[in-house]
Amino acid sequence: MTREIAVVAFAQTAHRRTSDELSEVEMLMPVLHEVLERTGLKTADIGFTCSGSSDYLAGRAFSFTLALDGVGAWPPISESHVEMDGAWALYEAWTKLLTGDADTALVYSYGKSSPGPVRDVLTRQLDPYYVAPLWPDPVALAALQAQALIDAGETDEPALAAVAARNRAAASSNSHAQLRGSIPQGDYLVRPLRTGDCPPIGDGAAAVILATGERARELCARPAWIRGIDHRIEAHGLGVRDLTDSPSTRLAAEKAGAFERPVDTAELHAPFTSQEVILRKALRLDDSVTVNPSGGALAAHPIMAAGLIRVGEAAARIHRGESDRALAHATSGPCLQQNLVAVLEGDPR
Amino acid sequence: MPGVLKAPLVVEFPFTRSLGPVQGAFLTGLRERVVLGVRTRDGRTLVPPVEYDPVTAEEIRDLVEVAPTGTVTTWAWNHEPRRGQPLSSPFAWVLVKLDGADTALLHALDVPGPEAVRTGLRVRIRWAEERSGAITDLACFEPYDGEPARPAGHDGEFEDAITGIVAPARLDYTYSPGRAQSAYIGALAGQRTVGERCPKCRKVYVPPRGACPTCGAATHEQVEVGPRGTVTTFCIVNIKAKNLDIEVPYVYAHIALDGADLALHGRIGGIPYDQVRMGLRVEPVWTRGARHPDHYRPTGEPDAHYDSYKELL
Repeated sequence: MTREIAVVAFAQTAHRRTSDELSEVEMLMPVLHEVLERTGLKTADIGFTCSGSSDYLAGRAFSFTLALDGVGAWPPISESHVEMDGAWALYEAWTKLLTGDADTALVYSYGKSSPGPVRDVLTRQLDPYYVAPLWPDPVALAALQAQALIDAGETDEPALAAVAARNRAAASSNSHAQLRGSIPQGDYLVRPLRTGDCPPIGDGAAAVILATGERARELCARPAWIRGIDHRIEAHGLGVRDLTDSPSTRLAAEKAGAFERPVDTAELHAPFTSQEVILRKALRLDDSVTVNPSGGALAAHPIMAAGLIRVGEAAARIHRGESDRALAHATSGPCLQQNLVAVLEGDPR
Repeated sequence: MPGVLKAPLVVEFPFTRSLGPVQGAFLTGLRERVVLGVRTRDGRTLVPPVEYDPVTAEEIRDLVEVAPTGTVTTWAWNHEPRRGQPLSSPFAWVLVKLDGADTALLHALDVPGPEAVRTGLRVRIRWAEERSGAITDLACFEPYDGEPARPAGHDGEFEDAITGIVAPARLDYTYSPGRAQSAYIGALAGQRTVGERCPKCRKVYVPPRGACPTCGAATHEQVEVGPRGTVTTFCIVNIKAKNLDIEVPYVYAHIALDGADLALHGRIGGIPYDQVRMGLRVEPVWTRGARHPDHYRPTGEPDAHYDSYKELL
């Protein structure tokens, strides 16, 4: 029988534009302590630890090994790392728990992008033969996608501004968010995207704890059961894809069971306003669904943690009894290249 | 926070990449002002060409020439070009479907302003004057209102096809080592070595990183250690590193400074390499203006007993 696996605790930093005074491990440690305290677990109790981060952000080699100091990796622990958003580390931890090798898992991720020019840094993830030598930054690529969406008649600049305003208004009640409340839409960064259409650049970290079956019920009053989780990737070449759609998100959602019954909440990892338009369409979310009550990636976007935070925020709403069935989405790469969808449920009330 | 250090950090690397038959032909073609695509089994022509069909994953090699003229499929106005981008004056990023191709190529379009570009605009390639077989041989696109150009039907065979490219990458950072390591580096400036004590296990870590790797606890209490210490283990280096002024063979050691619960690394000098041993007592040697000890030399004390440092190996 398939094991039941739930998110039982979630913690995140206050996301900020810079955190000069802290090393990566110093930034991460309070979050690790907080998530462990929520469950009463100690490092030695955790069956599997998995993290997500990227050395390119801070310009420091093998930084994830140094970050392990914050976990307390001696005596030796069972550990793994993905050079991706922590949502993919969560996926690895979920599969580890499914195998029966562990009953609990600690998943964390962090991004300290303030030391480098993140728009330039992210060009290094592109195809190195045809694209990276042109240094197109993620805002430029998202702007190409936004213009394609506008040309297709699926949105316009006022509608994009409304997406930005709604997310940041929602972030007013999120003390961890970097941008909250009314933010001017600003000038064009790369037309048609204005600063308001783009995520803030910031440093931050997040952590969740997963547990199986009865263990989850011991650790959390209302566990957020992962009913399904799946991730899909699209063709590497941007010019091969229909940028106005996200078939990989749709397929991941279908495989995760998102369409079997309606969700009441969706946490979408849409760093750009135009991408929320695409994701809502791909996920068939109508106005009955509360989208990004946290403010989403437009309110705080610590790279490598923003996707894991979507899962954490969705789970936390179930923990608090504000949601019964929530969808969490994470993305990675340019123009929604890779997408992960998880469906979380609380026990019936 | 006072005392937290910051410094510029440049990460620069020339990545040398092999191309393979399809990418090699495409980039060689650009050098010769020929644009090649690759045809899939179902008859689509992919430009830029890839070695595997993105739908079926089937290997594809059927190279076909397409026109240097095409149509903008989407665009974005870039009013502040960044370092390394194709044009230094404001330009439009464009995806262009070249005549004869079924997919679009990303590049820059040279037009005076955003009002001069739209989806559906006809464009043609402007070639770079000096071409070496790289995507930048295509300098940019420019508007074009003539007929679609007719490709000559090149088969993708070149006499001196290129097989690799060197793609330089450079990223500039402002590095900060954080609170704990800043304190460590700051103390070194005064020729002192400080570690931090874990509040739980009471061990002193040098250099401190702000966290106890055993307990996962934050460390704050600074503890001065050394200056003398004990060699816990060592190796003899026989290969001379580039740009390094040290004669080989030399000894590189783990040194447990007095009062520290973690050994740090250092070079041992002032003693023949083959006389260095576990338990040797050493002290730092500073050179004028240096930010860290140049090396450690024997103090002349009796060797430390194995039991006194065995936990630190």
